[in-house]
Amino acid sequence: MASVEHSDGQSLSGGEGVRRRDFINIAAVSFAGVGAVVVALPLIDQMNPSADVLALASTEVDLSAIQPGQAIKTTFRSQPLFVRQLTPAEIAEADKVDPSTLRDPQTLEERTVDGKKQWLITMGVCTHLGCVPLGAGEGENRGEFGGYFCPCHGSSYDTAARIRKGPAPKNLEVPKFSFTSDTAILVG
Amino acid sequence: MSFPWAEHYTPKHPLMQWVDEKLPLPRLVYNAIGAGYPVPRNLNYFWNFGVLAGVALVIQIVTGVIMAMHYGANDLVAFSTVEQTMRDVNAGWLMRYAHANGASFFFIVVYLHIFRGLYFGSYKAPREMVWLLGLVIFLLMMATAFMGYVLPWGQMSYWGAKVITGLFGAIPVVGEPIQTWLLGGFAPGNASLNRFFSLHFLLPFVIAGVIILHIWALHIPGSSNPTGVEVQGPQDTVPFHPYYTAKDGFGVGVFLILFTAVLFFAPNYLGHPDNYIEANPLSTPAHIVPEWYFWPFYAILRAFTVDFFFVPAKLLGVLAMFASILLLFFLPWLDTSPVRSGHYRPMFRKFFWILIIDVLVLGYCGGAPAEEPYVMISQLFAGYYFAHFLIILPLIARFEKPLPLPGSITESVLAKYAKADGETAAVPAE
Ligand code: HEM
Ligand code: FES
Repeated sequence: MASVEHSDGQSLSGGEGVRRRDFINIAAVSFAGVGAVVVALPLIDQMNPSADVLALASTEVDLSAIQPGQAIKTTFRSQPLFVRQLTPAEIAEADKVDPSTLRDPQTLEERTVDGKKQWLITMGVCTHLGCVPLGAGEGENRGEFGGYFCPCHGSSYDTAARIRKGPAPKNLEVPKFSFTSDTAILVG
Repeated sequence: MSFPWAEHYTPKHPLMQWVDEKLPLPRLVYNAIGAGYPVPRNLNYFWNFGVLAGVALVIQIVTGVIMAMHYGANDLVAFSTVEQTMRDVNAGWLMRYAHANGASFFFIVVYLHIFRGLYFGSYKAPREMVWLLGLVIFLLMMATAFMGYVLPWGQMSYWGAKVITGLFGAIPVVGEPIQTWLLGGFAPGNASLNRFFSLHFLLPFVIAGVIILHIWALHIPGSSNPTGVEVQGPQDTVPFHPYYTAKDGFGVGVFLILFTAVLFFAPNYLGHPDNYIEANPLSTPAHIVPEWYFWPFYAILRAFTVDFFFVPAKLLGVLAMFASILLLFFLPWLDTSPVRSGHYRPMFRKFFWILIIDVLVLGYCGGAPAEEPYVMISQLFAGYYFAHFLIILPLIARFEKPLPLPGSITESVLAKYAKADGETAAVPAE
């Protein structure tokens, strides 16, 4: 900033260390700076999800047609959702694992509703970079651990959809859901 | 800005004199790419690629602006408007194939341009700023090409967008909000497509602006040359026009022959068939691959499969991928050898070619499925990539004994001709 020297600088600064011109300068630039920040906020915020995107309702899923060993793929907040009924063998296999040996330690109990351990509801979004893992559809590759397999970078999930191998850091996310009847759930 | 012996712009026609007084634009052009810009007399064909990159950018802008006239940036119609462009719009297929293949050729040319800089040490003082601005252009190109690839809204478009924006989700704490902010939703959708179109339209013009800075910075010291010895006098240079306009013109001809050969005879060779399937958020293609020009970086991303201390593998991969490019910003200070050209650096030259092979292998692995042995090979070769820049280059600079440099550009040129003719060197022009 250009500072102008005055022969009578003393009178401008009013006898103190700060000159009036410096004060005006800093005040004006600060004011404009605050203004710029305030303008930037809506410019940035407009890129966040709009109200219509956020307003996506919760999803209801009918479980009556899903047999043990089967899974369906549906959507929740425009992302895939896996709804699976585990077989007793798959439950046993998941329970066999010591959770402390896992990358993201969780038991099957913690990932399901009390007394309805066979219903495994997870997002179909790989926790690595977001691909849809295979394994919900008939005949798809379920990977080494018999749950889901992400073809993108090779993450393998076990029968409780917990990460066991590959680059994904977390288990498949279990969304908030509740049973509305014995054969129906409400997700979200 | 130029050498003192540069020719001066002296308009003869009164109209040009009048223009020169009001707006000296023709003067600027004359001094930048005309007879007023003296250039080392010994540039080889590797010095064509800068101009070729400019030609590629013009092709992208012309075909892109035309395609934008027929494109609908909405997730419901984007895929079909691109198909309409291909089938119904007059010459639409030509615009689209030229644009899609033009992007590939742009990257081919730019990669050769970068390798030229690496081999001949063009990044060294006094041209560091030219190198840094070039890297900025490279980053902008990658962003532009990534967003452009999303626009046709095919399967690879969608899943590419998901995987790449997912990279940001790996950042601790702020990652997920950033990802949602970038996409305007929880997954790629209409909002993402629209903003990508807007930015894809904008960025090429930003690139054009940075190119102007790149050339401005270049013209302060002037071009380097295959010997890496600086210009010492008028005998070392020739005017850009007509000498290099002619040489570049020949290069443009060769470039266009190769480009049109692919464009007309194998327009889908470099593309991926899955992108002719409309985006489906519920089904991931069996094998997601980015466009070939991203493969080396994609291989580095996927090379990390196990956590290291408390850093998750996912974050490591992302950091390594970004680091592999950001590293290049430090290159002028990592390679401390005072000799520029690889011609006179026997040790450097060997490691340079090893690096090229390393990057090609990484590229191959990046295009291959995420299985063994590709993951292990990616790990080894990604490690070597970093070692090259961080360990090997600084060590070579310390221990290498460079070959004797020619006294001047002219001396090296005359020595070459003397050898070729089997006669003694002519008297150096003075
Ligand atoms: C830096 C220069 C540019 C690069 C590297 C680039 C790259 C790309 C790429 C890779 C695609 C996908 C092609 C496909 O799969 O078919 C694309 C599509 C597209 N680009 Fe560009 N582009 C550039 C400049 C432009 C410009 C200046 C415009 C005009 C505003 C533009 C408009 C479009 C449109 C409308 C599409 C969608 C149609 C299609 O996919 O074929 N591009 N771009
Ligand atoms: S997105 Fe699933 S492994 Fe990378």
